[in-house]
Amino acid sequence: MICNDNGRAQKAYTKRMAVAMAAYLITLFAGEALISRNLVSGPIIWLLALLPGLSIIGAFYAIGKLILETSDEFIRMLIVRQTMIATGFALSVATVWGFLENYDLVVHVDAYWIAILWFFGFFIGAISNRITYGAWGTIK
Amino acid sequence: MGDNQVKNRLKVLRAERNWSQQDLAQQLDVSRQSVNAIETGKYDPSLPLAFRIAETFGMTIEEIFLRG
Repeated sequence: MICNDNGRAQKAYTKRMAVAMAAYLITLFAGEALISRNLVSGPIIWLLALLPGLSIIGAFYAIGKLILETSDEFIRMLIVRQTMIATGFALSVATVWGFLENYDLVVHVDAYWIAILWFFGFFIGAISNRITYGAWGTIK
Repeated sequence: MGDNQVKNRLKVLRAERNWSQQDLAQQLDVSRQSVNAIETGKYDPSLPLAFRIAETFGMTIEEIFLRG
């Protein structure tokens, strides 16, 4: 059943996203607590610094798997559309900001903010789907 | 969505059979939103889904989908 497949895909997505977000929060706080207070040194610092980013990659993986596992073609199209809007938004803002920053017109912003921009763009994409197609991109 | 929009008789055919969007969605194994988006012309189905729709109504694709 395609609808059941979609339901399964969305449940798996929710589970994967929850795991990724939990891992992100844990590794972020671990890094802050251990690195900022100089409690670790050497390669451990690299590992701790990499872990929050890897957790966010897990969130991107969850979205990719949702696209692959959603069998309803209309809903799948909406999710793909949403990710394209997110990507366009994040890359556009990052590019413009980068040039402004290059000429010292704005303050420096750490690169990980691009991921946060992307998720904000993902939210914009959902609103765009609702306005354009009358659906958010989730099964009802 | 574009100028080459395909029209369809889905709403009329569904009403003739007294099916709700949910009834048709279940028969097609798609979401209710999909049926609604196709009916309102916001989304054109793929050829495999168009065949499934035609089979569900016992008609040909051309009897359900028309060039806009």
